[in-house]
Amino acid sequence: MEPLLEVRDLSKAFRSGGGLPGAPSRRLQAVDRVSFTLFKGETLGLVGESGCGKSTTGRLILRLLEADEGQVLFGGRDLLKLSPGEMRPLRRNLQMIFQDPYSSLNPRMKVGDIVGEPLRIHGLARGPELRGEVTALLERVGLEAGYYDRYPHEFSGGQRQRVGIARALAVRPSLIIADEPVSALDLSIQAQVVNLLQDLQQEFALTYLFIAHDLSVIEHISDRVAVMYLGRIVELAPAEALYRAPRHPYSEALLNAVPVPDPDRPRNRPLVKGEVPSAFDPPSGCHFHPRCPYAQEICGRERPAFVDQGNGHFAACHFSEQVGKFRTF
Amino acid sequence: MPPLLDVRNLMTYFFTAGGLVKAVRGVDFTIEAGETLALVGESGCGKSMTALSLLRLVPEPGRIVEGQIFFAGNDLLHVPDEEMRRVRGNQIAMIFQEPMTSLNPVLRIGEQIAEVLRLHKGQSPAKALETAGELLHRVGIPAPKQRLREYPHQLSGGMRQRVVIAMALACDPRLLIADEPTTALDVTIQAQIMDLLRQLKSEREMATLLITHDLGVVAENADRVAIMYNGLILEYAPVRAIFNDPRHPYTRGLLACIPKLGKKRRRLTTVNGQGGGNGSLSFLDRCPPDFAPRQGNLPRLREVAPGHLVRRWED
Repeated sequence: MEPLLEVRDLSKAFRSGGGLPGAPSRRLQAVDRVSFTLFKGETLGLVGESGCGKSTTGRLILRLLEADEGQVLFGGRDLLKLSPGEMRPLRRNLQMIFQDPYSSLNPRMKVGDIVGEPLRIHGLARGPELRGEVTALLERVGLEAGYYDRYPHEFSGGQRQRVGIARALAVRPSLIIADEPVSALDLSIQAQVVNLLQDLQQEFALTYLFIAHDLSVIEHISDRVAVMYLGRIVELAPAEALYRAPRHPYSEALLNAVPVPDPDRPRNRPLVKGEVPSAFDPPSGCHFHPRCPYAQEICGRERPAFVDQGNGHFAACHFSEQVGKFRTF
Repeated sequence: MPPLLDVRNLMTYFFTAGGLVKAVRGVDFTIEAGETLALVGESGCGKSMTALSLLRLVPEPGRIVEGQIFFAGNDLLHVPDEEMRRVRGNQIAMIFQEPMTSLNPVLRIGEQIAEVLRLHKGQSPAKALETAGELLHRVGIPAPKQRLREYPHQLSGGMRQRVVIAMALACDPRLLIADEPTTALDVTIQAQIMDLLRQLKSEREMATLLITHDLGVVAENADRVAIMYNGLILEYAPVRAIFNDPRHPYTRGLLACIPKLGKKRRRLTTVNGQGGGNGSLSFLDRCPPDFAPRQGNLPRLREVAPGHLVRRWED
């Protein structure tokens, strides 16, 4: 498979406090040496709990935020080194879909203008041609052509997310970064939008970086899955392998915690103890070691290397071969 | 023995400037002591308004227009306001999706829990604070003595929800209403909180009305389930029957459209429609004739198996 985009050692820290004289400024490592490759036509799921850095990673790739370190290689160039003028034409290839269909659409713009704006900005269409193109896009994402002149508030959450998808699709990108695109939607609407995203991927040969916290949705849509914890990718593997036999204790704990819609399954299962520690003061060595049932002395001392455990199944754990003992189904 | 809670033909309407909105259109259910009933549905189906109606806390311009709510034998819709205040907190407690709904940001945790104990149980301030510490310990908060002196913003979302649960438990309620109690929490914390609620339920014989859209949470926590759509219960059955033998097309649709961990499918099944606005009956209109409205009327709930009710016409 051909790589479309490569992320290498991407890092970003935020500072908090220090606004007042004498107040200490604290450093939060939001993304900590994250590396992965996106192959053409695949969906890579990026999953983790709130604050793990998954959304920040997406934003760094598109340079909606500036990274501190690392490389994002796309078409032989490092996106992080480009000037704004060099970056602009490339943005056509890299689009984003946001979580909240209520706040990511300008309430004062007609839906047709929202979807058409990227086409105008990139000079791809104008006048009647633009209108025709936008109408076709609306219909393709399952909205009526007659919605062109309506405003976002006239639509339901699922319909607004379709508008956001049409806008991302307008400039025929090769990569779409979808940041929690279905988590604000009701179950039945969620299924429709997931199906739509899969259909569009086939039709337009899209590559997706699909960011979400819902492990069931991630499993359904992803070819490969990366699990993040406190700014680091701890495991990355083909979806089926990761869900069947996780090789990192945190992935195992996450999977065990998902409530399963089967009343015949035993209700009491072992759960990971405690909460995610503060990102301002993460544990030494492996960030997960204080909560980890497999942890030994070395885990608090040394950050485990992110290595291939076989067949493209990467995990950063000193005791990866033992993981699986606590899996509950 | 009559059930702890017996709701009959409850109707809650909103008299808005834009017209009448029938949020709850005639709902019947019971909850036995120590039992968990899950009220399940998508946003706008009326599940939260049903819960607020039980406590007579429906916000303006909403009003309970009809029905009876028997709690331990008394019709709550006919008790005086002062008596109702004693029922809230003492007998029926409620926790919300967002814990800050129930917490005062400028009061220390200890004071907030102690206030409940002083008001409802007549404990002295010192005794109330001591009990508050014990409650925090019970809901799994580490270093409870220290936490008593902290403010809500110093706690994580999961810890705040534990504090709210401690507050709800302060008066040993006989019924706990939990409205999407874990929806705002991460999956590992969600599992811990639901685990705690299950333990407390068996320990205290506390009945629970669990409001949720998460069918995994339902399967792992409910004894019985009511599926709501557009202000009405469409199916009402023991939890195993809902998952293993769903009879209403809407229930089947809901179960079919969720991705299930470890059971990867090529495509998700969808329920028809793009999510209509309030008052939309579009889904029911497209149902098979046994379930669809006739001359504008919907069928009643009928018992199709012991304890299993479905809104459908006679065969």
